[in-house]
Amino acid sequence: MLSRMSRTIRPGISRRRALVAGASGVIGAAAALTAQTPPDTTKIPGTGATEIGARSPFEKAKRRPGPGRSTSSTTPLQELHGIITPADLHFERHHAGIPSIDPAHYSLLVHGMVARPTVFTLADLKRFPARSMIRFLECSGNGGRNYRPDPEAHTLSPQQLDGLTSCSEWTGVPLATLLREVGVSPNASWFLAESMDAAVLARSIPMEKGFDDALVAYAQNGEALRPGQGYPVRLFLPGYEGSTNVKWLRRIEVAAAPFMLREETSKYTDPLPDGTARQFSLVMDAKSIVTEPAFPDRLAGAGWREIRGLAWSGRGRIAHVDVSTDGGRSWQRAQLEDPVLPKCHTRFRLPWHWSGGETVIMSRATDETGYAQPTRAELLAVRGPGTQYHFNNIRAWRVAADGTVTLATGAA
Amino acid sequence: MRRTCRALTLAALVVAAVGERDVSSAPTAAQSAPGGTAPLPERFGLGRPATPDEIRRLDIDVTPDGHGLPDGRGSVAEGAALYAAKCAACHGRQGEGATSDRLVATDAGRDFAFGRDPSLARAIGNYWPYATTLFDYVARSMPLAQPGSLTPNEVYGVVAFLLAQNRIVAGDAVIDRTVLPKIVMPARDRFVPDNRTGGAAIR
Ligand code: HEC
Repeated sequence: MLSRMSRTIRPGISRRRALVAGASGVIGAAAALTAQTPPDTTKIPGTGATEIGARSPFEKAKRRPGPGRSTSSTTPLQELHGIITPADLHFERHHAGIPSIDPAHYSLLVHGMVARPTVFTLADLKRFPARSMIRFLECSGNGGRNYRPDPEAHTLSPQQLDGLTSCSEWTGVPLATLLREVGVSPNASWFLAESMDAAVLARSIPMEKGFDDALVAYAQNGEALRPGQGYPVRLFLPGYEGSTNVKWLRRIEVAAAPFMLREETSKYTDPLPDGTARQFSLVMDAKSIVTEPAFPDRLAGAGWREIRGLAWSGRGRIAHVDVSTDGGRSWQRAQLEDPVLPKCHTRFRLPWHWSGGETVIMSRATDETGYAQPTRAELLAVRGPGTQYHFNNIRAWRVAADGTVTLATGAA
Repeated sequence: MRRTCRALTLAALVVAAVGERDVSSAPTAAQSAPGGTAPLPERFGLGRPATPDEIRRLDIDVTPDGHGLPDGRGSVAEGAALYAAKCAACHGRQGEGATSDRLVATDAGRDFAFGRDPSLARAIGNYWPYATTLFDYVARSMPLAQPGSLTPNEVYGVVAFLLAQNRIVAGDAVIDRTVLPKIVMPARDRFVPDNRTGGAAIR
C-alpha cells in the first residue's frame, strides 16, 4: 500500500510548491519574470533553437562557492532530482585554481616500475576501449559540520552541510588497460597520480585499485569533462575519497611503496583517540541524507508529503535505507528507486503523513556489505572529536510545530 | 618479456580477486571484450615510448628513502632569510601560522592526543611522519603564488629552517640529499593503516 502510494504521489509533487509555505522569494521571482512571459504561450511563437541550451530563468539551482577566489563550491542537493548531478553543478575542490589546458598539447606519462614507460595523447586515450560508469564522487571532508559542535549548524541546508558530493556518468579508459599496455612490474604495489595544476597535487593509490575499477576519464555526463572537473583528463576512483580522484592528470608513476606526500600525511589522515592516526583511509563509507524536507523548508501544513533523499556507499550498492519520522524510535524502509548502482548516489523515497506536531526525521543507509550508517555517538566513540574526515554519521532534521525545518545536530 | 607475462598474470589474479568482491565494477579481463566475444589483444600498441628526458622533467616526487632528492644543500640561516622574504607573510614570522597553515609545533601534541583534543596545535614537528614530505611539498606547491620557483638549494634551506623551528634539527644544520632521509620525525610511528573493511563493524 505504502509503496503504491509513493508511486502515485511521485510525479504530481512539485518540490517547493508542495513544501514551502512562506515562499515569497519564489513567488516574487516568478512575478518579476511574468513580464517576459506571454499570457498565453499558445498564441505567440517562441524563441528559436540555440547551440548551447540554458536553464529556464525561473530555475535558481546554483553552486555555492566560498568567499574570494574560492577553492571549493557545493552541489545544491536539495534542488536536484533523481541521481545525476548536472556537470555544471558538480561540486568543486581544488588547491591552486583551475588550470587552462589545451587538449592538443595534453599528454599523460606512465612510468616507474613498468616495462615500457609511455606517453599517451588524448587521442591515444580515446582510441582504447572505453567504459562508462555512473558513480558518486565525494570530498572526505564533506559533512564535518554535522559532527563537530557548531552553534550555527541548525541553519545549514543539505547543500551547505553535504554539498561536497555529486554523481555523474564518467567515461574513459580503464586504468587497468593502460597498466597492461605499459607492462606493470609484478613487484609494484602502489602508483602515484599527479596533476598539472599549480599545486601539482599528487596522491598514492594502491595498485589493486588500479586494476579494479579505476578510470582515466575524459567525459562526464556525455560531454568532455568541465575544466573544474579536470579537463581534459582526470583519474576517477569509484568510492574513494575525492582528493585521490586527481584532476588534470599528467603523470602516473608505478612503485613498490606509497610516496608519503603532504596530502596523505599532513592532510587526509585521521587522528584517533588511541594516539595513532589512520592513513590511507580511502573508501567512503555508507551515508545518506534526507534532502526534502530539510532546512530552509517550511511545511505548509499537516498531511501527506514525500520524504526524499540520497544514499551512497564507496563499498558497493545501497542495500536499504531506513527512515525515522519520530526521532529514531521507529524506522520504516524507504523505497529505493532504480537504478541502484554500486558506489553511486541512490534515490530513496518515503510517503509521510505529518500530523502537525514537532518531530525529528532521519535516514540510515545500509550497504551491501552489511555496514549501517552509525549515529554521531557511535562514530564519536571510535573516532574521537579530533577527526577531520569521513563524517558519515546519521543526519537528522527537526520539524517544529510551525513547520520550520532545521538541522538537528547531536540528535542522532 | 617474461616480466610482462608475470605482470599480466598478476593483473589477472588481482582482477579475479577483486571481482569476487564487486563483480559489477570489476574491469574486463585482459582476454575478453566488454560484453562481447571478440578477444582483446594483449596490447593495443597505442602511445609512444617516453624519453628519459621527459621522464626526468616530470618526475619531481621525493619519497621517504630519499629517491628524487636533487643535488644541492641549504643551511638553517640561508633558509631563515628566504623564509622571511617568501613565506612569512602567509605562515607567520616564526611559522606560527597567519593567513595560512601553522608550520611549527614543538610540543609532542600531548602524546599525539589529536584524536581526543581538537584544540591541540598540529604541524610539521608533531604530526608529519617524514621529513622528505616537506621537501616534496615546498618544491611542488610553494610559495602559493609562484609554485615551483625555488631552486634546490633554496628548498633545502627553507626545509632546514622549518625543521630547526620545529626543533627537529640544530640551528647550525645543513640539509642535503643524504641528511634529509635519515631524519626521524617524532610522529614517524604514529600512523596506522586503515582498518575499516565494510561489514557491521564501525571503526
Ligand atoms: C600567499 C600565501 C602563501 C605563501 C607566500 C606561502 N604559502 Fe605555504 N601555504 C599556503 C596555503 C594557502 C597553504 C595550504 C594549501 C592547501 O591546503 O592546498 C600552504 C601550505 C603550506 C605547507 C603545508 C602545511 C601543512 O600543514 O600541510 C607548507 C609546508 C608550506 N605551505 C610551506 C611554505 C613555504 C616554505 C613557503 C615559502 C617558500 C610558503 N609556504 C609560502 C599559502 C602560502
